[in-house]
Amino acid sequence: MNALNLTLVLPAAGAVALGVVGDRPFAALVNVAVSAATLVASVALALGVLETGPATSPGRLLYIDAFNVYLVLLTAFVGLTTAIFSRPYMAHERERGRVGPRTMRLYHSMYQGFLFTMLLALTSNNLGVLWVALEAATLATVLLVSLYRTPEAVEAAWKYFILCGVGIAQALFGTVLLYFAQERLVGIAPSSALLWQEMYAAAGYLDPTVLVLAFAFLLIGYGTKVGLVPLHNWLPDAHSEGPTPMSAVLSGLLLNVALYAVVRVKMIVDGSLAAHSDQYNPQLAGHLLMGFGLLSFSVASLFLHRQHDVKRLFSYSSIEHMGLMTFAFGVGGPLATFGALLHMTVHSLTKSAIFVTVGHAAQIAGTQTMDHIRGLIRTQPSVGWGLLIATAAIAGFPPFGVFTSEFLLLTATMQSWPWLTVPLLIGLGVAFAGLFRHLQPMVYGEPTENMTAVRVNMTPVAVHLALVLWLGLAIPAFLAGWFDTATRLITGSGLL
Amino acid sequence: MQSLDFLPLYDQGILVLAALVLFTSFALLGQTRMFGLITVFAWQGGLLAATTALVAYSTGQRHLYVSAALTLGLKALFIPWMLKRFVIRLGIRHEVEVLGRHALVLIAGAALVVFSYYVALPIVRLSTLVTRNAIAVSLAIVLLSMLLMITRRQALSQVVGFMAIENGLFFAAVVSTFGMPMVVELGIAFDVLVAAVLFGVFFFQLRDTIDSLDVDRLSRLTENVD
Amino acid sequence: MIGWLLALLQTLLFIASAPLLAGWIKRLKCGLENRAAPPVWQPYRDLARLFGKNVVVADTTSWLFRLAPYVIFGAAVLAASVVPLVATHLPTSAIADVIVLVAFFALARFFQALAALDAGTAFGGMGASREMTIASLAEPAMLLVVFTFAVTANTTNLSTAVDHTLGGGFVLRPSFIFIALALLMVAVAETGRIPVDNPATHLELTMIHEAMVLEYSGRHLALIEWANQTKLMIYGVLFVDLFIPWGIAYEISAANVAIGAAAVAAKLAFLGLVLAISETVMAKLRLFRVPGYLGFAFMLGFLGMLSHVILEVG
Repeated sequence: MNALNLTLVLPAAGAVALGVVGDRPFAALVNVAVSAATLVASVALALGVLETGPATSPGRLLYIDAFNVYLVLLTAFVGLTTAIFSRPYMAHERERGRVGPRTMRLYHSMYQGFLFTMLLALTSNNLGVLWVALEAATLATVLLVSLYRTPEAVEAAWKYFILCGVGIAQALFGTVLLYFAQERLVGIAPSSALLWQEMYAAAGYLDPTVLVLAFAFLLIGYGTKVGLVPLHNWLPDAHSEGPTPMSAVLSGLLLNVALYAVVRVKMIVDGSLAAHSDQYNPQLAGHLLMGFGLLSFSVASLFLHRQHDVKRLFSYSSIEHMGLMTFAFGVGGPLATFGALLHMTVHSLTKSAIFVTVGHAAQIAGTQTMDHIRGLIRTQPSVGWGLLIATAAIAGFPPFGVFTSEFLLLTATMQSWPWLTVPLLIGLGVAFAGLFRHLQPMVYGEPTENMTAVRVNMTPVAVHLALVLWLGLAIPAFLAGWFDTATRLITGSGLL
Repeated sequence: MQSLDFLPLYDQGILVLAALVLFTSFALLGQTRMFGLITVFAWQGGLLAATTALVAYSTGQRHLYVSAALTLGLKALFIPWMLKRFVIRLGIRHEVEVLGRHALVLIAGAALVVFSYYVALPIVRLSTLVTRNAIAVSLAIVLLSMLLMITRRQALSQVVGFMAIENGLFFAAVVSTFGMPMVVELGIAFDVLVAAVLFGVFFFQLRDTIDSLDVDRLSRLTENVD
Repeated sequence: MIGWLLALLQTLLFIASAPLLAGWIKRLKCGLENRAAPPVWQPYRDLARLFGKNVVVADTTSWLFRLAPYVIFGAAVLAASVVPLVATHLPTSAIADVIVLVAFFALARFFQALAALDAGTAFGGMGASREMTIASLAEPAMLLVVFTFAVTANTTNLSTAVDHTLGGGFVLRPSFIFIALALLMVAVAETGRIPVDNPATHLELTMIHEAMVLEYSGRHLALIEWANQTKLMIYGVLFVDLFIPWGIAYEISAANVAIGAAAVAAKLAFLGLVLAISETVMAKLRLFRVPGYLGFAFMLGFLGMLSHVILEVG
């Protein structure tokens, strides 16, 4: 069994196994072990891709190339660190009585199930299977968002279910249209007409009208899962009401996978529009992405100021960064795309670190309301420092990786759309102000009576932030190579 | 470009069944009782299965028989049975949902049908399949089901609307491309089944937390919390 | 010459057999309700009885009251002459336009309502206002049915439309299914049958049509009753002509005309059965729900139109 299949089989098997033993004391260790094994398999997969280039599974159902190999690696890595974090965290929640044994079984098995669906979505060659995997990811996490069974949690989970479900249904219609366009070409067997490889190769022959229509549906559908304004309403609720490990993986990983799906489709649409540039503007898909991205970025940075719940604050920060990435992919060109790919990586690492820290902060204070969290640096210095550094990282401080990717994006925007750098800079400033305005009293300030130190493990946070720092200062050669190959795939020309 | 007169009888039958499926979408908009909603939804699933089987017979695509059987079993029999059981266990069998502005909703539905006709026009012009005229109908079914979800307050009505959207999408796949590859169809059917089961779990969670299934009461998480 | 004679004979046959249809429906309803039924020709005996009676006219009425029954019956006869019963290519087929038919019915209804108001009683006014409300809601639905049909057949002339349907073979059209159902619903509303109005009711506050004729007696009442029965038969024959015209005489010959008469008799008998069953099974709607019923008929007509544009045009 090769590395690719192993990467998928392991979490699936873990989900089944944890469905049986998920409430035992050793269940969290099993969770960590399965995640670690998945990471090892994905590392092996990445090494294989480094040596031999893109690979397709024998049934042509799965496909690995430079664009999704680092995302697979990232998913497995963040999955592991969050599983490590989740062990003491959920133990503490169990002590407080917020979850019971059946709930723990559900939690552990759905955690692995969720990782499986995300990995399947990332490695799928068949666009229909990609859709099935993304819908399954929604289904796997819906019960986890309402895990605590409070009215707010159930409401958040219901909104998440309905909004993402309806959104994804639009994406299915878009997928049907893509299949329709591909199937009409002579020489394509119906069973392989949904394969991304085939569609990418034949993009110039596909009918542009159908593809534009399909892209509209797919952007609205998968864009709902990315959290693009105005389809974002489920995101702050779902990311803030679930247990913190869920917030970390939802913000850090699922949004990336949805954006990955959008970009994969954009690659096909761009190919078709370029071949028919007399009928349609070849940049149409890019303009749509830019519009949605800029809107999400601006709206989210404004909403940051109004928040009272710490997890909602960082959920809006997720929307803002996903908007930035969408905008970057929309601008196109090697510089912006390279920056967007880097941003996907560093944002995922930083945001999951933030949520881990915030989870600990909420446990220290006993509440998620920011007004009641004060003086973290006095009560528990590691958490206070962690939150400070992580927020600085996500706000775009040099020398962290987020600064590098935002700098690349701004440079690219100045080259092709000079006037748009103004709203970008204003938005970045507004977001920075919003984050630090809420952060300052939380980290500094007089500790209130409800603040009690808890046992924390800040190693995952430290590892993530160190990685982000490393990526900001010096991107390793193999990663830069992957980014460059992916940029070449997406835009046609490379950066390096 | 062919008008109906020149099509063989089976293809005319397919278009007639497509029109009847559209009619069930309108009927869903007008239903106030829970059991009535579920029954009309079951009929929609049954008509869809019949249409698929007729397309399979008329065009010789064998795998569509399997899709038709899957739709019949899942959408026309199992899911309506499950929903009816939920209605009985939740005790909402005799609840009547008050439909405000009934005529306005129906007019909006008619407008959505016209809109979907215009959106689907370029696709219909490109297609060479005998069922291509029904592509607009499938998009209309999707949009009408979304209208159903928007105008209802009961959680179960919204779930029926959600399932009806999936019906419309399945129909779109059948009439525009004679069905998607089997692996995708099975995956979608599995997703729908799991979604229905999860919705059932949610009904009970909703009722336990807010003591009703009126979704308008879910309003604690807004941006206006001060 | 033969054509005109045949047209005259067809009209006479039409109005002569209208009471027979009413008697057949009554007999079926009684059978379904497990009651002893009057003989099928009872309506003839009722009409004969009424014609022999004295006319009692209220002092408060005007010339309109005495004129109205003749106008109503005249409109019904003209409408009967327009609709093809057994043969299509008759000289009267030139005016056999569906919209002309609708206009004849509107004329009759106009005079009926005015006559009801003329007597100055409360029930007359109530019946007239209810009838006008129902008519104003049923007309758009009827016209949608007519338009959808006309778009398919490329004409509103009934005779040409029948030829078109006969020439095209058996075609299954989704739009026709919808507008057939809409036409049945509109016909029920226009002729005052259950579930819109109960023709056998004696409770004045539930009456719509009966309330308008409360003041009439003698030959006036006979003419109005006969006109009503003719109207019911006209709607039945209209449905048959539009949707199931097979058997009607295309060329005029004795054999064809006989076959045509037999065919239409069988179809009308079947439609009578359908009406009797629906009247037995359904209950009368409360008045404020009739707009919903007619709105549903309108929606069906509109769906038929949409089905035609979306599904049937290439």
